[in-house]
Amino acid sequence: MTSYFNEMYQGNSVRAPYARLQDWMSAMPAELRQMKQAEAEALFRRIGITFAVYGEGGDPDRLIPFDMFPRVFSGTEWARLERGIKQRARALNAFLVDVYGRGEIVRAGRIPARLVYLNEAYEKAVVGFVPPKGVYSHIVGIDLVRTGPDEFFVLEDNCRTPSGVSYMLENREIMMRMFPDLFRENRIQPVDSYPEILRRTLASVAPAKCDREPTVVILTPGHYNSAYYEHSFLADLMGVELVEGQDLFVEGEFVFMRTTEGPRRVDVIYRRIDDAFIDPLCFRPDSMLGVPGLMDVYRSGGVSICSAPGAGVADDKAVYTYVPEMIRFYLGEEPILNNVPTWQCGKSDDLAYVLAHLDELVVKEVHGSGGYGMLVGPKASADQVELFRARITANPANYIAQPTLALSTTPTFVAEGIAPRHVDLRPYCLVGERIELVPGGLTRVALTEGSLVVNSSQGGGVKDTWVLAE
Amino acid sequence: MLLTVDHVTRYFYDQPVRGVVQSHRLMPSQCAGQKMLRWKVTVSDGQMGGGFRDGAGDWVQGWTVLGPVNEITVQVTGQVETVDQAGVLRGHKELTPAEAYLRKTHPTEADAALAALAEGLDPAKDALAAAHEISARVSDAILYTPDTTNAHTTAAEALAQGTGVCQDQAHAVIAIARHAGLPARYVSGYLLVGLDGAAHDAAHAWAEVFIAGLGWVGFDPANRCCPDDRYIRLGSGLDSRHAAMIRGIARGQGEESLVVSVSVQEGQIQSQTQQ
Amino acid sequence: MLSRTADNLFWLARYMERAETSARLLEVGARIALMPSAAGYRNEWESLLHASGTADGFARKYGDAVQRNLESWFFFDADNPSSVMSCVTAARENGRIVRTALTTQVWDALNTAFQELRQLQRRPRSELELSMLTDWTMRNTALVRGSIDATLLRNDGWDFLNLGYFLERADNTARLMDVKYYVLLPRLEFVGSGLDNYQWTTLLRAMSSHRAFHWAYGGEVTAAKIAHFLILNPQCPRSLITCVEGMTSHLDRLARGYQRKTAAQEKARGIQAELAELRVEDIFEEGLHEFLSRFIGDMARAGSVIRDCYLNGDVR
Repeated sequence: MTSYFNEMYQGNSVRAPYARLQDWMSAMPAELRQMKQAEAEALFRRIGITFAVYGEGGDPDRLIPFDMFPRVFSGTEWARLERGIKQRARALNAFLVDVYGRGEIVRAGRIPARLVYLNEAYEKAVVGFVPPKGVYSHIVGIDLVRTGPDEFFVLEDNCRTPSGVSYMLENREIMMRMFPDLFRENRIQPVDSYPEILRRTLASVAPAKCDREPTVVILTPGHYNSAYYEHSFLADLMGVELVEGQDLFVEGEFVFMRTTEGPRRVDVIYRRIDDAFIDPLCFRPDSMLGVPGLMDVYRSGGVSICSAPGAGVADDKAVYTYVPEMIRFYLGEEPILNNVPTWQCGKSDDLAYVLAHLDELVVKEVHGSGGYGMLVGPKASADQVELFRARITANPANYIAQPTLALSTTPTFVAEGIAPRHVDLRPYCLVGERIELVPGGLTRVALTEGSLVVNSSQGGGVKDTWVLAE
Repeated sequence: MLLTVDHVTRYFYDQPVRGVVQSHRLMPSQCAGQKMLRWKVTVSDGQMGGGFRDGAGDWVQGWTVLGPVNEITVQVTGQVETVDQAGVLRGHKELTPAEAYLRKTHPTEADAALAALAEGLDPAKDALAAAHEISARVSDAILYTPDTTNAHTTAAEALAQGTGVCQDQAHAVIAIARHAGLPARYVSGYLLVGLDGAAHDAAHAWAEVFIAGLGWVGFDPANRCCPDDRYIRLGSGLDSRHAAMIRGIARGQGEESLVVSVSVQEGQIQSQTQQ
Repeated sequence: MLSRTADNLFWLARYMERAETSARLLEVGARIALMPSAAGYRNEWESLLHASGTADGFARKYGDAVQRNLESWFFFDADNPSSVMSCVTAARENGRIVRTALTTQVWDALNTAFQELRQLQRRPRSELELSMLTDWTMRNTALVRGSIDATLLRNDGWDFLNLGYFLERADNTARLMDVKYYVLLPRLEFVGSGLDNYQWTTLLRAMSSHRAFHWAYGGEVTAAKIAHFLILNPQCPRSLITCVEGMTSHLDRLARGYQRKTAAQEKARGIQAELAELRVEDIFEEGLHEFLSRFIGDMARAGSVIRDCYLNGDVR
């Protein structure tokens, strides 16, 4: 039986960050708890926050379960995470500028050329372009899991348009509304500056041709998108327009939005649509979501696009293995956060190992996401294991495998009371003129007992994430 | 050789459109053997947009036309002095790694028949010889026959029917070369026609294959040769769509039709129109 | 603001106003059905269907005007683009798209109306009193309108909302009158028959105005008084002149805010100037039906000018 690190209890004693929650927890009668839980749900439903985490799919009007028991980090724990996350975000951006430039890391033989240049996410259309401030990925979402007091592992990087940050903000709002006393007793660092820092970050990467206060917009695929709530929520808090492709047009060297007072120039586009759809002239010609001619304006310095087209090559699951190498190569530092050891089924030695240990490994598709197309060996039935064996053998390069991690648990409200459930963490690192990280993130929790899958489509919920002031 | 180009593309819309956006690859490549003496691109009622040199070394120029318009004329006129480089692209500054041209695209996907045309080749031993052989095999397998294919025909379809135009032949060379592990790409440009009596279009396309140690080398299966001083190179891409001289989108309901006339003359300008 | 946002606000308002009109029509129709003179009742429903512009759709789906079908049609039917359900759904969707341009109160009112309507829809029809449905609609449309007036920033978005409300209301009033214009023809008075009691009550009730009318005019009910009330009286909240004045005032605010005039101000001012000069006699001289047709056309043109000047995104 694997033993899991419980973030609240060490033996019979309560770990320091959770000290004050012990009393709160024991002082709450079941009726009050149920009342509060109902209140929280009503609040979520009322504000209309519904969404699916990036690529998870599912019913767009579904409410993700909110667990009131907060997840807590001490200031010291966070300080180390913060250094590690920022380090990773810097290296990923250095990698992107490099592989769309001279490709020194490839020339130096530190990462295979094919892995980068034949990658579907490698965007030929931006080769030779250095975005303002040398930033390709302006919002880096890094998915982390914890296995011990000081052991954190990066599960994956999200360099394109990581979603879920509205949950980080709304979870906090709702907790503060329902349990003000908790916030008086604990010194919890605020996260509500995130939209303002995001706006500042985006403004800081305005293009060279912008000679005034930059106009920033958020580009959404539209109100049918499952994350539309988040797009409109962020636009509102940032005080910027939420536009669809049809609201923008190219004229001459610039991009404009259609307003009731005539065309208004746009300098920075925070896009929440994929590369393939942003410009039908350059990418998918059938896209109705994008802006024809946008890429020409972008490459000639008339507008900035965040994240920059092409950023996806850095968060590919096969490229992921090389992130520690990137940190050493570009920053000359040792990685502060560990990668999960990964076997590339495309390599014959790795493949042999994986096939021999399927029942203990987690197998993922290289391009999949959201917990679909995934095998959790120790939890899988014999049939599932055999199904994956066949799939992997048929197309080995499409799969990677990782050891089954002993994800940490935190106390969680369940039907029977309070019980440990497994959690992960996605903090959102903002990269512009400066690199910034608000103290917090999105904690996802696997609400099913024993489950290690935190994805909301597979029974996952969310929690407020606290970072205590020292 | 002194080549004079006059290339007119006219777009007609059966209802006025509210605006047009275009992206051009219409400037001669900056490389050995091509000296631009004069060159001009105009778009009727057009406003010149942003321009930049892309990773493959091509000059890409955006244009917009504010509607409503029924008709747009894109005109290219200029003069280029050329010197035969035996098909080798020299002195061309580009950043895109050759490996990036191993990627498959829909029109250059190699089916079993295309893959069969790579049989017996040994690019690892002599890549240049293999590339020549590929081009020759395509010339034989897909006979140059105008009006038997369209802009969306894939290499596999052209091979299946055994006929096509320069676009189909270039796609086939690219598909086979990539299948054999050689990076390959589509090139668009102009060709001085008529010297050999062949009735090929003056707006032309061919393939380039990357030969380690030598660089990019052009192959023109339509004319069974490598590009020489009769050719003007404009731009390249993974396939014909990526390398298109003009890409455009009109905003509005109007149906689009177009008429293209290209003339490439040796020496001074003479007017000649083909459709 | 984004042209598309302005367009969404404009239509949010139009749909809410339209929802209210449909509920009024339903209430009036049901009332007539309760009256002893059954002769006219089928015709009344016909004319109400015409007033809502959905007679063809109804005929295709149900054929004969049966009370129960009519209730569904005006209230729940998704095939009727003017049903309360369709309008509230469309208004809420327009609101959801521009959520950030609304206050929490406005969104709450809109979203709650939508959610409650979905609940109502799930209940057995036999449990639903007609008066309860129409009251529900009046209350909820008033709630949305009220929270717009009480909480929304008075910026250009507020102007586009109000433009939508006034334009839709002017159009609806004119259409309602036009459907029953023959009731108001002066010749009926000449032959000494007087106005048919329930006919004019119907008309005034359809605009929740029968009490206001008596307060404003008193005495004998005449065609001239009713026409004056519904067309030219600026005290009547649904009169054509009230609506046009509302449009002009919001277009003027836009012109001031944007520091530029457009053809929209000109168009609305033109219509207003004509109404201001008009006497009831002039209207009857032109012919009530002719006048109303012309006015409905004017409103359609005003709507299209507003679209070209602000909403379609091609503004230079």
